[in-house]
Amino acid sequence: MIEMKSIKKTYDTGSVSFDALKGIDLDVDKNEFIAIVGPSGSGKSTLMNLMGCLDTPTGGEYMLEGNRVETLSSNQLAEIRNRRVGFVFQAFNLLPYATAYENVELPILYAGLKHKERKRRVTELLGKVGLADKMANKPTEMSGGEMQRVAIARALANNPQLILADEPTGNLDTASGGEIINIFEELWRDGRTVIMITHDTNIAKRCQRLIRLKDGRIDTDNGNGNGNGRH
Amino acid sequence: MNPSIIFSVFSRDFKRQRKRMLLTLVAILWGTMSIMLLLAYGEGMKQQFSKNSKGLGDGIVILWGGQTSKPFMGFGKGRRIHLHSEDVDYLKKRMPELDVVVGEYIRWGVQVRHGKKLISERVNGLYPQYETIRNFIPEMGGRMINQLDMDLKRRVAFLGNDTKDRLFGPDIPPEDVVGETIYLNNTPYTVIGVMRPKIQMGSYQGQDSDVIAIPFTTFFAIFGDPYLDNMIYKPREFDNMAGIEKRVFEVMGAKYRFNPTDDRALSTWDIVESAKVTGNIMIGIQLFLGIIGGLTLLIAAVGVTNIMYVSIKERTREIGVKMAVGARKIYILAQFVIEALGITFLGGLFGMAAAYILTELFKIAPIESQVLDFMGRPTVSLEIGITVTVILGILGFMAGLFPAMKAASINPTEALRYE
Repeated sequence: MIEMKSIKKTYDTGSVSFDALKGIDLDVDKNEFIAIVGPSGSGKSTLMNLMGCLDTPTGGEYMLEGNRVETLSSNQLAEIRNRRVGFVFQAFNLLPYATAYENVELPILYAGLKHKERKRRVTELLGKVGLADKMANKPTEMSGGEMQRVAIARALANNPQLILADEPTGNLDTASGGEIINIFEELWRDGRTVIMITHDTNIAKRCQRLIRLKDGRIDTDNGNGNGNGRH
Repeated sequence: MNPSIIFSVFSRDFKRQRKRMLLTLVAILWGTMSIMLLLAYGEGMKQQFSKNSKGLGDGIVILWGGQTSKPFMGFGKGRRIHLHSEDVDYLKKRMPELDVVVGEYIRWGVQVRHGKKLISERVNGLYPQYETIRNFIPEMGGRMINQLDMDLKRRVAFLGNDTKDRLFGPDIPPEDVVGETIYLNNTPYTVIGVMRPKIQMGSYQGQDSDVIAIPFTTFFAIFGDPYLDNMIYKPREFDNMAGIEKRVFEVMGAKYRFNPTDDRALSTWDIVESAKVTGNIMIGIQLFLGIIGGLTLLIAAVGVTNIMYVSIKERTREIGVKMAVGARKIYILAQFVIEALGITFLGGLFGMAAAYILTELFKIAPIESQVLDFMGRPTVSLEIGITVTVILGILGFMAGLFPAMKAASINPTEALRYE
């Protein structure tokens, strides 16, 4: 599903340039459940943004589901973000003025589906994350766990096979954090690929594969025979 | 790009920004109202001027004698050319392209008496056609000189409304004057009508309201002036006034033996040409007013741009989220452009409505003023509406475009980090 070859990302702010990623080689198969850990500044979020086509690498090759990402136009990247990748953020990143329903509807709207089909999907998704009764609520009227579940429903809106979560439990208490991880686990059991950044070793332990980043490189990787991790 | 996506997202975003949008709306409303009212003022003025300039007559050329400036056929230059009464028929016969040809005698300082009132006035000998070509319209109860008066050389007089006031007093209604006898140099004339007051911008040899008009034939029989003071012609078509004038010079030149290219042999005043000049001045004034109004609207549009920029800053995260879930750049771009256009058009619509209501109210307002007689009352026309709409469209688009380009160029990862 994901093939990365010596991926580099350099942030250049005129006088100062900063190498966030210094050469990442990574293969991810279908239906993996991966935790990415590492100290802050090790490049976890940068890597995740590249995986989700939110950003483009400054070097290396990235194949996502058979597409050479470097060659894609900004519209094609937008379409990948819309249909093939689902993002879940630590800060939820819901539109604050929009209801749960409208937040989940947004990606389906951009996919160009008709109102009737949108309604069917949004209702189904919010039901799946247990928020059928909170559809008309705005994020400000919800708890952190509920907001994150709305965000997950939104990530699933166009039924992507790859779910990327950047510290999804970072702003949550243990109980609601646990619920969120349960949902991710369920998504993985449904056959999706789930990649998650986390600081919580307990959560990391529940994942099938653990990738540790350090200084913009993969330090250890316990899966997929890359040869540089624990097996 | 799918327009329904853009519209759906826009209608959702609009709801939450009511207050900000409302304030911007008011700015646009004000700007639109300003430009509309200024243009309406110009339009009213233009219409009034065109109405006023028709007081003298519409589409006519006034012709009078001159002095040659070129030697011709053995004659030296500086020879006076006078028009004669037979020239009216002479010109009419040779130039079928002329609809009307008439002549006019003028005599100043004629003693005019009614009862014990004795004043010195100007008397004109005229053709009946002055009723239509020079707007000598009689008040109710009276009439203008007619062909029978001409044929019978009747001693009848048609009075300008000011002459009537001087002779009979302003309190006497015009219809009561009809049938009265007045004396011109001690010859009795019957008053047959009084001119309906009109606004007259241009004039030659006095205002029409001061006229005492008697039939052309009567004038000649009584006073026996050897020369015509003026001739007036009105062509059937107005698109070749210069060509017709050239032909008139050829025809008259043949009779009086002057060089047809000698433009000083006869003097002319082309009302159509003058009207064109006045029209251009009016367009200039309207343009000027439009620019002032446009600048007012521009300031409002800058306000819109400003608010859009602020709104982008506030919504950076939102833009990031939208991009993360798959919004194309064009959707972000369109969102801001449409928002700006939406505000502009909504404000513009209200502004137009306000301006329209104001001008309509002003139209029915019972204000009597000489200034209004000349300046007219503000009038909204379809052209003004279209002009303002186009200006609004351009300004709204520009107001939205630059903020929108900035918004669409935001990097989604940075936008998501933005607090």
